Parts: sequence; C-alpha cells; structure tokens
Amino acid sequence: MQVIIDQDRCCGSGQCVLTAPAVFDQGEDDGLVRLLEERPAATLTADVRLAAALCPGNAITVHGDAG
Amino acid sequence: MTTDAPSITESTTVTATTASTTAAPDALAVPAAQARCPFDPPPAYQEAHLVSPVTRVTLWDDTPCWLLTGYQQSRAVLADRRFSADARKPGFPFLFPGRRDLVIRSTPTFLRLDDPEHARQRRMLTGDFIIKRVEALRPQIQQIVDEALDRMIAKGGPADLVAEFALPVPSLVICLLLGVPYADHEFFQANSRVLLDTGADTEQVAAAQDALTSYLADLADRKRREPDDGVLSRLVARDELTHAEAAAMGLLLLVAGHETTANMTALGTLALLQNPQQLELLRAEPELMKGAVEELLRYLTIVHLGIPRVAVEDVDLDGTLIRAGEGVLAMPSTANRDPELFDGGDELDVTRDARRHLAFGFGIHQCLGQPLARAELQIALGTLLRRLPGLRLAVPFEEVETRADSVVRGLRTLPVTW
Repeated sequence: MQVIIDQDRCCGSGQCVLTAPAVFDQGEDDGLVRLLEERPAATLTADVRLAAALCPGNAITVHGDAG
Repeated sequence: MTTDAPSITESTTVTATTASTTAAPDALAVPAAQARCPFDPPPAYQEAHLVSPVTRVTLWDDTPCWLLTGYQQSRAVLADRRFSADARKPGFPFLFPGRRDLVIRSTPTFLRLDDPEHARQRRMLTGDFIIKRVEALRPQIQQIVDEALDRMIAKGGPADLVAEFALPVPSLVICLLLGVPYADHEFFQANSRVLLDTGADTEQVAAAQDALTSYLADLADRKRREPDDGVLSRLVARDELTHAEAAAMGLLLLVAGHETTANMTALGTLALLQNPQQLELLRAEPELMKGAVEELLRYLTIVHLGIPRVAVEDVDLDGTLIRAGEGVLAMPSTANRDPELFDGGDELDVTRDARRHLAFGFGIHQCLGQPLARAELQIALGTLLRRLPGLRLAVPFEEVETRADSVVRGLRTLPVTW
C-alpha cells in the first residue's frame, strides 16, 4: 500500500489524524496534512482507506493493498 | 479574481432565468414542517427520499431548488467544486428571508467563498484547530465542564440544563480560544440567537449583525493594541486581512463556536435520556463515548435546514441534470439516515461506527471546529453521565421546548433533575 497526499487539496479538517494517527499528522502552523508513513504496514490498511474516504478535500490517495 | 470567473458569471446569469421558469406548482415546499419528535428530520424529506434521492422542490421565495436527501448525492455535491458556496452568485438558494439580506450587507467569510479566496482565509485558522492543539485544551475544557456542573449541583435540581450547562460550556471554551471576554456572553448569545432565527425579520437580523460586527471590530482594535495569545489576536496580526475581514471571521467563529455545540449537548443529553438502554451502556462502558458522540452527531444532525450550494456548471448527478445557476440543498439530516449507509438509521445505537456521517458537512467547507466540538461533546456528556447518575427529565418528554425556528436544531430549555 502506498499513500499519496496533496496538500493543495487539504482543508485541515484533521479527519486523517483522528482515523490513522500513525500515518498522518498536521503541520503545527498551517494545520495541513503531513505524511508520516508513505508505505504503512498492512495492519493499517483499513484505517488508511477510511481516512482517505473521510477526507473532505479528497487530498489522500491510496494505491495497492499490500505493504 | 480567477481568470475563469467572467465565463462562470455569464453562464449562471443565462441559465438562472431558465431555471426559475421550471418550478412545478405542486413541488414540495422547503423548509418542510418539522417532525413531532425533536430528533427526526422532516417526514416530508424522508417520504421524498423513498421516491428519489434528488427531488425538485420550491423554496419559501418560490424559487426552485434540488433537494438532496441521499447520502451519496449529498456527499458528492458537497465535495464537488462545480457547486459554489458563494451566496452572491446568481441562483444561490436562501433558506429564509433574513439570510438573503444578510449576505448583501456583510463581509463574506470563507464559509461563503470558493477557492482560492476560501483557502486563503481558512488556512489562516487551520493551525488553531489541529487535533494536537485541541487535545492540549482538554484539561481546560474539563475544568470548565466541572465548574459548570459544580455550580448547577450547588444550586440544586430541578435545573435548566441549557442555561446551566449546555450553553455556558461551549461559550466559555470559544471565549478562551478566541480571546473574547466571557463577561459579554449575554450580549453575544442573545444576538447570535437572532442571527440564526428563521422567524426574525430583516431588520432584526440586520440589527443583530451590526451589533455583533461592531462588537468584534472594537474587540479586534483592542487586540491590535494589546495582543494576547487568542485566535483573534493572531488574526489581526496578519497584514493580508482587512479589518472588516478579521472582524467577520471572528464573528463567524464566535457564533459557530457556541451555538452548535450548545444545541448538540442539550439535544444529545435528551436523546440519551429517551434511550435508557443506550445511556446505561455508556455508563457501563465510558470508553464508548467517542463513538457515541459520532452516533449522536449522525442521529441528531442539528444543521437541519440543509447546506445550500449553486451549480456553476451543468452537472449530471446520478442521471439528473443540474444546470448551471440552479440551487441545490444537501440535506445531511436525511442523508445521515440513508439506509444505503446506515442500517436502522432511525435508531440511536452508540455502538455503531457512524464516522462517515455528514453532520459536519463534507468537502472543503467541512466544519473547521470539528475537533473542538468533538472534544467538548465527549467531555461534557461523559462528565454529565459520570457525575449525575440519577439524571432524568423534570418534565414529561412532550413538554420539552424545542427551538423550531432556528438554523440549528436544539432545545429552548431542558428541565432536569438528579
């Protein structure tokens, strides 16, 4: 699984940090998404996919299923 | 101004005229009558949904509009930049008269702007509402909640939970965050109520708007002279914001920051009291509270009048052609009960995974303060249940007074005892 973020689309809702805190963070100053793990462990697949679905700005793309 | 703006304006002007001629005389009138139960969306919307998730309706001012009762359709439109949130665009649907006149006389904030202007303003605030910062506020929120309950318990029951708890807690929190003196709470609470009152006439709404705007402008001036560590001080320190924009953004945060959470706290408490099994489950397993707050947000969806947008291009929505210049009204209250996504959605179930709800909206305008609202609701409801194990209604359920005439669904009073 590979995660790609697009900061231009981010509106700082924080949904990703709530859903998959091991993978996503927010910038302290701008509140925008930061990627902590570009290739998260397979155990995190469900959380990362939910984070992508919950992202209101469609700023998260997930490729592939396996780590 | 973006380069494509002139063509957008041109196309909306042309098609807005076409749209206004297609209103069906027997179309559903929106806003429709509210349900008898204060937790439920208007029955007419749920009936319309059985026929189609996209319905042609007529607004109070006789303009036609598309009502979106389905989850997928509401979500899709709110996430689609071909639907504008800019109320100055031709064809934008207004939910009541006071709201339309307000747009003409106020400085637009990111709530009613499209990108890039929306992003420019919103990104000045996103840093203040990050999860980490809100998490760090939890001890202060807990203290505010405890002190409000101490005062209420000391006075003794029966008490009005709205006046003693649900309203003061979020008001104190947003005052702390923004740097607004809580001593002024009666002034800003009363005027905020008028601003959200669908029954208020144009003059009343204008007077409330003017009073709050000049209050925020004065306060902003004070923060320029004597800055503190509140959000308002950080906003006015930015050169790229005009004084009017800073005051308008401060006003938006102040109103949105206390009205919504206050009504969710009161209505959420009532919903739990009316569902004793759910309440007992939460008391037995307090770790369910995070999920329970999501379920209460879904089940109650207090932004009950819907979220308005106007199409700026022709859009095919699941086979329905929505033309540029036509208004749409996403209805999260019915979308959040759509059986396609939420099985048995008319029931409150605190063990449900409700995280996909649209109670905070969706798309780039999704509620900026949602981490704060979640933290406040989790702490307020959790503490209330823990400290008042005998909490119960002090009047029959049917006598609890709702706020039928507000943009935000809620309760006028909630008499409780313990």
